[in-house]
Amino acid sequence: MSADLAGTVAVEEAITLVSPRVHREQKRNRFRSIALRVAGPLAVVGLWWLLTGTGIIDPTILPSPLVTWKTFWHLLLHQDLLGDIGVSLARAAVGLAIGAGFGLILGITVGLFRLGEELLDASLQMFRVIPFPAVLFLFIVWFGIGETAKVLLIALATLFPMYLNTFNGVRNVDRRIVEAARSFGLRGRRLVTGVVVPLALPSILTGLRFSAGVSIIALVFAETINANKGIGYLANQAASFNQVPVLVVCIIVYALLGIFVDLCVRILENRLMPWRRQVAVR
Amino acid sequence: MLGGANKSFDSHTVLDRLDLQIDSGEFVALLGASGSGKTTILRILLGLETLDSGEVLVTPARSTVFQEPRLVPSKRVWRNVVIGLDKGSGTREAAAQALEVVGLSRHVDAWPGTLSGGEAQRVALARALIREPELLLLDEPFAALDALTRLKMQRQVADLVDRYGPGVLLVTHDVEEALVLADRVVVLEHGRICLDRRVELPKPRRIGGEAFDTLRDELLAQLGVDQSDRQR
Repeated sequence: MSADLAGTVAVEEAITLVSPRVHREQKRNRFRSIALRVAGPLAVVGLWWLLTGTGIIDPTILPSPLVTWKTFWHLLLHQDLLGDIGVSLARAAVGLAIGAGFGLILGITVGLFRLGEELLDASLQMFRVIPFPAVLFLFIVWFGIGETAKVLLIALATLFPMYLNTFNGVRNVDRRIVEAARSFGLRGRRLVTGVVVPLALPSILTGLRFSAGVSIIALVFAETINANKGIGYLANQAASFNQVPVLVVCIIVYALLGIFVDLCVRILENRLMPWRRQVAVR
Repeated sequence: MLGGANKSFDSHTVLDRLDLQIDSGEFVALLGASGSGKTTILRILLGLETLDSGEVLVTPARSTVFQEPRLVPSKRVWRNVVIGLDKGSGTREAAAQALEVVGLSRHVDAWPGTLSGGEAQRVALARALIREPELLLLDEPFAALDALTRLKMQRQVADLVDRYGPGVLLVTHDVEEALVLADRVVVLEHGRICLDRRVELPKPRRIGGEAFDTLRDELLAQLGVDQSDRQR
């Protein structure tokens, strides 16, 4: 140890200095982002093409992408595929509107009011776990083989994700903000619509995403049982005549409907919550 | 005004036969250690808690600034300022004027999420003052701010209170802040008032000086802070 006259002491061992590691945030390149998103599905199609092209999979079991593409155009031009898609989409949309709408109202009521929770929550939890295939037969008995049963089934299936997420969102609203708003004179309906619901919106929209996905699943199911128009009808016919390409097209259309519906909800999220754009984590 | 107020939480007596009166235009600072009941008094005056017994009378027009800004993130800043006001008085122009007083005219249309802590708290202050309250309740409003912003805000509040003249109840644990701002200092201990003193220092107040230090030391002693090591 050495000490100089000024009173400072030199350290025996030198510490090796390093420069701090910087975690670089990736610059968000729009083009690259889209390219990456598309890469996955493209890879799937590529694999599909490979498997059918080299004969590893029998073409009668799974047609090649090319055959599927041709079938798609044939259906579109000669067999009113668009009309079928329209009918299916309409069923899902109406069912979703009814189910999600009720889910929203119930979720807010039960989330805000003790009495609501005591009266309603247990019953809703019971109904939630009944599998909807079972319910469909009951609906057919009650409402006949028409649009009502199908739409009601979709409504029932979409109600619960929305209800649960709304309930959760409303319950978890920051009480301090609600208290402050109340102290400045906001009461009743204005408090709910102006403060509580916007604060619960992230959870509510998550519920909507789930419900939207479920609406397509319930749609598929409702249509396979009985339908005289729609994608499910098309699929039924194709199944009875063993037209595999048509079946594949139907499945792909269902998948695309699912993505489309999800995209719609995402756009809605952006529209309804402009204040999150600058604030959310990512 | 609180008369003979009693309040208990789970058999823990928070307020014990408390009497407190604030005159119009009077700035009262309420000091006390944590758990002494300061925040409870404020909540009772606001109507967020009820008394077990005793009476409480307040002016109908009262506003609060809380410890956190508590702005509604889904409303733009100006809408937060006029929250609860009816269409006639709750206009964007009125909000813009209130925001100018606190120095935030640039942020009239901003989202609360983009503001810093100090800015958000100033919006909360504008929100409280725009209603021209007769009673202003401040619950440790500067506690969450950095020291520099805190000093600026203290000065700003002093100016605004002088200008608009509401009765003020400031709940704080900062003795110097209390002495800089208040006309009267009240110390609360275990739910009872143990000191109630007028502050006779001349305005504008400055931290430091003999009179200031003596009063401060007395208050700190009352609050149980050991002053012996300050005799350097």
